[in-house]
Amino acid sequence: MSLDIDDYIAKEVHACEYTLDDYTTEPARWCKGCGAHGALGAVQRMLRENNEAPENVITVSGIGCSSRFPHYLKTYGFHTLHGRALPVSVGVSLARPEMKLLTVMGDGDCFSIGGNHWLHTLRYNINATVIILDNEIYALTKKQASPTSRQGTMSNTSPRGSYLEPLNPLSIVLGVTNLSFVAQTASWLPGHMQATLDRAWKHKGLAFVRILQRCPVFMPDAFSGASAEFPAQFLEHCSGITPDKGILRNAPTVAHDPSDINAAQKIAANAHKDLEPLGLLYLNTEVPTYNEVRYSHVQQSDKFAKAELLNQYLDSYAIGNPNEEG
Amino acid sequence: MSKATFETKITELDEHIVEIVSDAGEGAQAAGNTFAEVCARSGNGLWTVEIIPSEIQPPPHTTGSASGNRIRVGNSPITNGGDLTNLVVAFNEMALLSRIQTDSLAPDVTVIIDDMWSRHDDAQIRQDYREILDDLSAKGAKVWELPIETECQRVAPDSTRGKNMFIVGMLLCLYNKDLEAGFTIVDEMFGARSQAIVEMNVKLMEAGYIFAQQTFAETYSIAPLQDTDNLVAMNGNTAIALGSVAAGYELCAMYPITPATSASHELSDFFEKFGGIVHQAEDEIAAIGVAVGSNWAGKPALTITSGPGLALKTEFQGLTVMSETPLVLVNVQRGGPSTGLPTKVEQGDLLAALWATPGDAPKVVIAPSSIEECYHIMPLARKISEEFRALVIVLSDANLATGRQLFKRPTVNPDLLSNTLDMSPVPPGTKPFDWDPETGLSQQILPGRPDGMWVATGLNHTPEGKINYLSASNQLGMTMRSRKLAVLQSTLKTPEIFGDDSGDLLIVGWGSTKGAIWEAVAKERAQGVKVSAMNIQFISPLPPGLKEAFGKFKKVMAVELNYADDPNDPYITPENRRYTQLATILRSNTLVDVDCWGKVPGSPLMPQEVRSIIQTQIENIK
Repeated sequence: MSLDIDDYIAKEVHACEYTLDDYTTEPARWCKGCGAHGALGAVQRMLRENNEAPENVITVSGIGCSSRFPHYLKTYGFHTLHGRALPVSVGVSLARPEMKLLTVMGDGDCFSIGGNHWLHTLRYNINATVIILDNEIYALTKKQASPTSRQGTMSNTSPRGSYLEPLNPLSIVLGVTNLSFVAQTASWLPGHMQATLDRAWKHKGLAFVRILQRCPVFMPDAFSGASAEFPAQFLEHCSGITPDKGILRNAPTVAHDPSDINAAQKIAANAHKDLEPLGLLYLNTEVPTYNEVRYSHVQQSDKFAKAELLNQYLDSYAIGNPNEEG
Repeated sequence: MSKATFETKITELDEHIVEIVSDAGEGAQAAGNTFAEVCARSGNGLWTVEIIPSEIQPPPHTTGSASGNRIRVGNSPITNGGDLTNLVVAFNEMALLSRIQTDSLAPDVTVIIDDMWSRHDDAQIRQDYREILDDLSAKGAKVWELPIETECQRVAPDSTRGKNMFIVGMLLCLYNKDLEAGFTIVDEMFGARSQAIVEMNVKLMEAGYIFAQQTFAETYSIAPLQDTDNLVAMNGNTAIALGSVAAGYELCAMYPITPATSASHELSDFFEKFGGIVHQAEDEIAAIGVAVGSNWAGKPALTITSGPGLALKTEFQGLTVMSETPLVLVNVQRGGPSTGLPTKVEQGDLLAALWATPGDAPKVVIAPSSIEECYHIMPLARKISEEFRALVIVLSDANLATGRQLFKRPTVNPDLLSNTLDMSPVPPGTKPFDWDPETGLSQQILPGRPDGMWVATGLNHTPEGKINYLSASNQLGMTMRSRKLAVLQSTLKTPEIFGDDSGDLLIVGWGSTKGAIWEAVAKERAQGVKVSAMNIQFISPLPPGLKEAFGKFKKVMAVELNYADDPNDPYITPENRRYTQLATILRSNTLVDVDCWGKVPGSPLMPQEVRSIIQTQIENIK
């Protein structure tokens, strides 16, 4: 990192019209030590560095601890229903293509109750940054096993340990057609998280970002307690995300070309037994967005042209054989 | 065109009900539509009812396979499907039997049936054919067993695919309609596909016409309406689709479900030309979610569904109400509960529409009572949803969806067809729920406006949109959302009473049964019976003045196509009797002892059924 004072001034004073306060509403009410605080800060810094006017950003969330996100971020926001952030995001995206869209969900929210929307919205490839704050537990409802809870997780619905192997979200995502961006990062790696969010934000299409995030109250031991011991590997490529390793300074770096879907699927499939991949797993900048696909067929015209056309349609239902007249 | 071989007698009729039924896939629906189209274009009053099996290819030659169309044609405006069928053309005896089993046919019905089954290899088919026809004849039917297939084969070697147009030709002759008009419709249907198909169908239609000329000594004539200027003919789902365009909608989010989907088919066909999009979502929940997101962000969107879809959309309805996001949800009712009778009519979703959302969720529920209203209710629903930041549920049904009716061609208001967003900066201090304390009304702040950032949430919130758990705040929010309905109610008029304002009996209905009820009431009034009728379009909020209006009749009775306990059934007492759905609401809101008649036949209400209800009630009142 350069410490050139001119660069610093250019970045901090001239380029950024906004301060972090411009993206802040009130102190977040998450628990002390919750990884969501870090994710919120990273999003705010990312917005500032991208010089986004707060009024041009829409944050949509589902229900759960993570879905309180829009309340603490000073943008337009819609805190929707459990599992349903993505359908609302599709509607927002179709309605206002010019706005920037951030969708925030938790692991139960997205992978369980919202599973159907998750698969299909990836296929739509709406233009949105979709982040999943995955703490491997249902926390707001006080500790029930989530789809990503490790086998044997003690919870209020699995007091003798959860029975099944966890769901592997990366493998599932990497099997969906029209996929355009998949990355994974962790909330206790602020540099890497911020770089990942920045790449996702700049991506045209649906950028799916899973953020591993420790719940200090109900799941403190997940991700090796977010310690330096967490078994991870950083993915590196010239088109990828710079491995800013932070506390995981001893984690290995592996070369991975994010355009190689088969390699990405292989890494994802082995994530649980091997090392959790951090970085850009998959990138395809050629996939058209849902708006591009749909609006390329939509005719734009003024109200008088539309009225004229509607009159023609009504005439086609007129009795007395209007087709010969018209 | 060849001249009639025999002298024919032409009988003038006021109206006739004609049915064409075949196995699914044999083309009786297309035949019915073609005949109905000719009648419409010749200026007859019209109502059609589709006869639809639930499966795409049910086992052929069974009653479950019967598919076709029921066309009521008249010399005056027609508002419903009418009573019993006067003339039925059946491709086989099982299709015919299905109509006997549903009590659709008049005792003196004229039956036209293909006689090929009388010579079939299967003895059972020969026997069924004979027994069914003999039974009908014994009861007074006039049966024409005709060599339809044989006649078709003279023209078309593969007659299995064109018999339906031969039958249209016969009907055009029987009803003295213009054969050329039939040709025109064939050309419109098949011209784009293949000229050879057009020629084959034209030949078959002409052959049917000539065959009928040689066969029938008596034919019918039904005069056109007195005034046919400026009329259109369409079904209710087409009217909803065109009405949605007229209302300025730009997005329809839906998931396939019968009988709602054909509205979305229509929109898919032409919406893009109007700048609109049909988004076929991954499920019913997503469909309403997309519409909610779009409306919240400023693009007018609606969602269209039927019963099971309405059930799946309940949680989002609650969010819509809580976040005060405008939304119009069209529910084309079918038989329920669960999968019920998916292709058939019922009015069983009223209470679910009103009350299915957990917690108190005040919403507007309105019901079109004709196909014309299916069109005009869409701009009205949008206006209410936006001015009141409300959820508006429009309750149509399978009868309106697939029936076809003539009505006055709507005029188009271009001002509804533009959607400009106010993107001006939001003045300091403006609240996202800036409730007027009197009315509960407030202005929605659209995303993108500088200085207006707020968060919509399903949690209880303050006028500033901030989450709040205090009792006073919760009470205020509930009050403001409920108050909006009272304000809307204050703008409504007491519904018109058809007939005198006072009398022995008032029949109250809602939705698509209006035509049948009013026709029955008109006929009974002509006999001197003191009966009147009322149709209620706004069911939430109910219009003012009902209690007073009801008080002028000795008895008030709701007539609906949803289930009610029969008071004479075992275990049923006045205390445990379950009333029809509108009756339940009217009783609780007016404290008038509104009685009810409710049945779930899966078919449209017939005027004669209503007349018999009226006669029984009048007998009891005296």
